[in-house]
Amino acid sequence: MRSKLWLFSLAVLAACSSEDPCDGISGACIGLTSGASTTEVQTALIEVESGGTIAFGSGTFEMTSDLSLDVDGVTVVGKGQDKTTLSFARQTSGAQGVLVTANNFWIHDLGIEDTKGDALKILGAQGVTIQHVRVEWTGGAKETNGAYGLYPVQCKKVLIEDSVVHGASDAGVYVGQSDQIVVQHNSVELNVAGIEIENSTHADVHDNVATNNTGGILVFNLPGLDVANGSQTRVYDNMVFENNTMNFAPAGNIVGKVPTGTGIVVLAAHDVEIFNNTVRDHKAVNIGMISYIPIGAVNDPKYDEFPTAIHVHNNSLSGVSDMPTGELGAALITAIGEIHPSGPFITPDIAWDGVLDPARTVGNPTEKICIHDNGDANFINLSWPLSDATLPTESLAPHACTLPPLPAVVL
Amino acid sequence: MKHALVIAVPLLLAACGDGGGDPKCSIAGSGPGLDPSGAMCERLSSYRLFEDIATRTPAEGVVPYALNTPLFSDYTTKDRFFWVPPGSSLGWQDADAFRAPAGTVVIKTFSYLADRRDPAGARRPLETRLLIRQDTGWTGASYVYDDGSSDDATLAIAGATIDATWIHDDGAQRSNAYVVPNKNQCKECHAEHDDVVDLLGPKARHLNSGDQLQHLIDLGVVTGAPPPAMWPVGIRAYDATAGTVEQRARAWLDINCGFCHNERGIARTSGLYLGVTQTAPLNLGICKPPVAAGRGSGGRAFAIVPGQPEASIMMFRLESVETDIRMPELGRNLVDTEGAAIVRAWITSLPGSCP
Repeated sequence: MRSKLWLFSLAVLAACSSEDPCDGISGACIGLTSGASTTEVQTALIEVESGGTIAFGSGTFEMTSDLSLDVDGVTVVGKGQDKTTLSFARQTSGAQGVLVTANNFWIHDLGIEDTKGDALKILGAQGVTIQHVRVEWTGGAKETNGAYGLYPVQCKKVLIEDSVVHGASDAGVYVGQSDQIVVQHNSVELNVAGIEIENSTHADVHDNVATNNTGGILVFNLPGLDVANGSQTRVYDNMVFENNTMNFAPAGNIVGKVPTGTGIVVLAAHDVEIFNNTVRDHKAVNIGMISYIPIGAVNDPKYDEFPTAIHVHNNSLSGVSDMPTGELGAALITAIGEIHPSGPFITPDIAWDGVLDPARTVGNPTEKICIHDNGDANFINLSWPLSDATLPTESLAPHACTLPPLPAVVL
Repeated sequence: MKHALVIAVPLLLAACGDGGGDPKCSIAGSGPGLDPSGAMCERLSSYRLFEDIATRTPAEGVVPYALNTPLFSDYTTKDRFFWVPPGSSLGWQDADAFRAPAGTVVIKTFSYLADRRDPAGARRPLETRLLIRQDTGWTGASYVYDDGSSDDATLAIAGATIDATWIHDDGAQRSNAYVVPNKNQCKECHAEHDDVVDLLGPKARHLNSGDQLQHLIDLGVVTGAPPPAMWPVGIRAYDATAGTVEQRARAWLDINCGFCHNERGIARTSGLYLGVTQTAPLNLGICKPPVAAGRGSGGRAFAIVPGQPEASIMMFRLESVETDIRMPELGRNLVDTEGAAIVRAWITSLPGSCP
């Protein structure tokens, strides 16, 4: 095996370039240079031994089908997120760009472009490290772009940092049904959702820049999944601004419900701490909290439809939100109209649908939504669905409480 | 790939010093067998599983089998066999599954008939897939028939694409860029759960057709069978006389979707479970919103809307040929028109509505 790989690498090198992608890499390494075919790349991903490295040289690698990796402990590396690109623009088969079903996966310093579906999906892995990776749909924000950029799902111990995602038609960075997650120092732009943490537990999302998406940062719990009721997400020290790109998600997807111009939104998640973020200039709302009730009825006995223990504090919230869209945006406008019949129809910085779990324990602080020390930020409780019996209110008094800080995630 | 193989093969041949043998494996004896190291052979013939590969005539001890409902594979014709080492057998487990002993090989040859109206006529073999039960688990790979050759096939761990044409059931010419899966993709469908690989076909309910199961028991290939009254019943989905619309649709979904869409399969993150034993309506897709469907939603709100196939995501995906929309993701480029019609009839028959 070793001799074959060695020869294989030499052959590719001789044919293409004098650059050795494996230079400076210790341990077993398979080098691929930019003339490599899809078959050659996939062969390397199959033949790589546990603990080995697959090194891509500079340039663009044109892939015609999806790639997959099922060997534990493998590192995939390029020469830089702008220097090495796996392009799937000519992809004719495969539901995503790259699928990884292996533990202790490390990918860094390369770009993935124009996948038909999700760009990089990692399923069921323990130990995922993504650094300096660029995912991009080069045609800009389009409904025909793939759904997710960086997409670990049902994984444990996930680090995504210093990466860039542009153009995902669902979420740029999407961590689903996972545990122990750090998403830091990333830049997400022109996606429907910039960063989404869904049905996950123990997540730290911090020091990211989310702009020009439809929604900046989402913390969601969705029904119908075995891994239900995510909790303990911290969203802090992020720059979330001007996420006003028209929602371009294909209809039917939950993210399609996010009003254009949303900063941070919590959907039915538990134990979420949102602090020290700068959130500004959103057409709909800077920070929203919502139950699943306005989204739709669902028959899932193990799903909790209500956000609980949400702690929003010490954020800097600014800008005028006066153009909310979609069903949820319409609900916002209606509620504001109830309070200010003659306008102006400006959405407060922070909005909550006001739907309470009928089974809640009244006064139990762990079920509360606590909001404090957000400068002069204002607030609205939509009292969804509006009726004469339950009018919307702008009073923050019921939310003048605090919750213990959530612990940091340690990977 | 061809380029790399050309270089690699002479080198390894030279290293082995055995011009007549397989460069990648060495199998003792004269009957069917496996390399004791677990190596996959370079050529299909090296396993000696067939007396004649071109006519798909199995070697002695290699047992053909057929399924009540086959997985749709782009209108290919499939010949299925398995081989268990002499002295061992497939042990019946639980209600439906078999435990395969080390050394078991499941063999499937995919071909296009020249004319589907003439099943006995000429055909073009595309690939033979092997799933091999090693001591440490299952390994799968495909052997591809070079263009024009039918008497041997070559290992293609990274898969391949084969352009093929045939005369379809309606007499029209059809074509397909047939995709041979790569080695990883074998495992995506044939997932290993607690070291029992999902043999998609060889389950009791799929084999329980006519006297086939009894024949396998008589041969000693299947052991530990419960009394016949307890054998699970399989439905021939494509046979309109074989069962109710629901039974036929569930049988089709079972073999085409259920191996990924189950609590432990690769599609588990969707919460959509389509095995034949699934009873929870939400998990079956009834009024279930999509989770990560992307364009696969087709603008529709639920996987299945009772009575409304045109509003059901399931129909959109079964009837799409686009790579990021179609379901199943792997193993098909074309639409199973007949299968989709069965599922459509079932959805149409479902009572109720979604909120």
